[in-house]
Amino acid sequence: MEVFLQTLVAGILKGGLYSLIGIGMTLIMGVMGIINLAHGQLMMVAMYITFALSSFFGIDPYISLLVSMPSLFILGMAIQKYIMNPLMEVDSILPENQVLMTVGIGMVLTEIARFIFSSNYKSVQTSYSNATFFLGAISFSVALVIAFFIAIGFTVLMFWFLLKTDIGRSIRATAQDRDAALLMGVNSKKITIITFGIGSSLVAAAGTLLIPIYYLFPDIGGPFTRKAFVITILGGLGSTVGAIFGGITLGLAESFGATYIGMAYDDMIGLIIFILVLLFIPGGFKRFTKI
Amino acid sequence: MKKHGPIILLFILLIFPLVVQNSYYQHLVIMVLMWVIIGSGWNLLAGYTGQVSFGEAVFFGIGAYTSGLLFKHFAISPWWGVLLAGPIAVLLTLPFGWISFRLRGAYFALVTLALGEVFRLVAIVWESLTGGMVGILVDTTFVSKVPYYYIFLFIALLRIASTTAVINSKWGYYFLSIREDQDAAESLGINTVKYKMVSLNLSAFLTGIAGALYINYMGFIDPEVVFSLHDISIMAILVGIVGGVGTIYGPVVGAFIMVAVHEFFRTGFFGLFKGIASLTGSDFMTTVAKYVSEAHVLGFGVLVIFVIMFLPNGVVGDWKKITAKLLPKRDKGGIS
Repeated sequence: MEVFLQTLVAGILKGGLYSLIGIGMTLIMGVMGIINLAHGQLMMVAMYITFALSSFFGIDPYISLLVSMPSLFILGMAIQKYIMNPLMEVDSILPENQVLMTVGIGMVLTEIARFIFSSNYKSVQTSYSNATFFLGAISFSVALVIAFFIAIGFTVLMFWFLLKTDIGRSIRATAQDRDAALLMGVNSKKITIITFGIGSSLVAAAGTLLIPIYYLFPDIGGPFTRKAFVITILGGLGSTVGAIFGGITLGLAESFGATYIGMAYDDMIGLIIFILVLLFIPGGFKRFTKI
Repeated sequence: MKKHGPIILLFILLIFPLVVQNSYYQHLVIMVLMWVIIGSGWNLLAGYTGQVSFGEAVFFGIGAYTSGLLFKHFAISPWWGVLLAGPIAVLLTLPFGWISFRLRGAYFALVTLALGEVFRLVAIVWESLTGGMVGILVDTTFVSKVPYYYIFLFIALLRIASTTAVINSKWGYYFLSIREDQDAAESLGINTVKYKMVSLNLSAFLTGIAGALYINYMGFIDPEVVFSLHDISIMAILVGIVGGVGTIYGPVVGAFIMVAVHEFFRTGFFGLFKGIASLTGSDFMTTVAKYVSEAHVLGFGVLVIFVIMFLPNGVVGDWKKITAKLLPKRDKGGIS
């Protein structure tokens, strides 16, 4: 029972961070209709920014959120503005060109990181990296709990932004029907640029929050891209509520898989869930929540 | 020239290993031929049938493992695996297609990506069968590269010939109609699932054989090599889109370009940076040479961004655009 509860707690805490990754991806997917296969690589960039700030200037990872999120916001906007938007006008046989383009962007980001920081594993050690506290018999990692609550904070903020502000409403309108939004006077090009920026900065937050408890190397992007699209498909395309459920589900599945099946299977479990969801509940959890 | 191009190319390829004895260059051309086989397979499925697959490595890997496992567990010569690899790859297309073909567009891309990764992870985890990360070692039969060269050349020619034949047949038109508009194709009475499956089968058969040949040629495989997402599946896509999606000779050109770019970076622009470093004796250039030799993936990334932006139909597909840009404009009558 203790093991079960411990696994449950670990899964939910990890799921909070996964939700943050998933929301970024689902926003981009909803508004642009493309799958951003460079999502994990953007997270990797944010992690390296945090790592550099911490190792050269000794800045605490949580404070460097103030740097990593705006930088990734700008990077995301630049990618959308100068690469993805011009691509919409390019005429080609395969409509999947944009997906292939994000693969190319991911490769370039990874290799640039390898150039600067080499392939070695890096990590940031803070005073709270290995700290834990106990509630009853169950141990909580301090860094993971902090990350979980910051992630929830960002998620709530995101919801407020999407529901209450003008730009948020424009984003939702563009996601629902691009042409209709255009007719209502929404500048859809500007909205796509802002959305990509927001999506990138959310995944940047997730990356920075992961730093105290995780290690870092240039190829870390790939596995997280995979997690991101698993979460998004689980939750249902473009559904922000779904992304939260998807994130928590993936977190739980991975941690139960690691405890009861074996550590080596943790990546595979996510992918198999992904395939099963696509086969049996193609709309994801969106089917049940309707949001 | 246009008519005789393929014949001249074939002639050059046939006499190449007799003229160039250097085994390094022979190896490079063998790699080009291997990528022609895999890239054309991807092109048949994605370029002609419109199903952009990120899972080409599944069939390559299963071919390689068919050969390797027969040798490992039953001590059967891996050459028998070459014969078996094709049918086994085709057998595997049944579940692969059953899962993936009910999805379209980007979803199809994602599910094939996921399937490819599942195969890689299974091959790593199932150590009692595959040996896991240790991989499988087989003895290579020939020391010389020439026999391998002609075998790869034969399969590559088979690939090109079969693709040409299929594309000009009724099937080819079915494939194109599925690519252009699946619903319209369905409403005209084309069994889209069946023909997507046919396309996948044709694609997988020779790709599986290429995998089996790979283990015979290299003598070693492990899951990270043959089931690799980046080194096989995405490389196959790059070969396709750089050369030209939906063209017969696109993957041939693409394979040549990709292998050339790979070697160009790996050797540090053919030893240019190393040469400068040893001439000037500067440490800086030595570092640059070291970095450049590891930067081929960066080269691929920049290449794919460039190609998608400016040559969306690849080098072959946009050949007219390239010549119009590069060559000074001539009178319309001058172009024959």
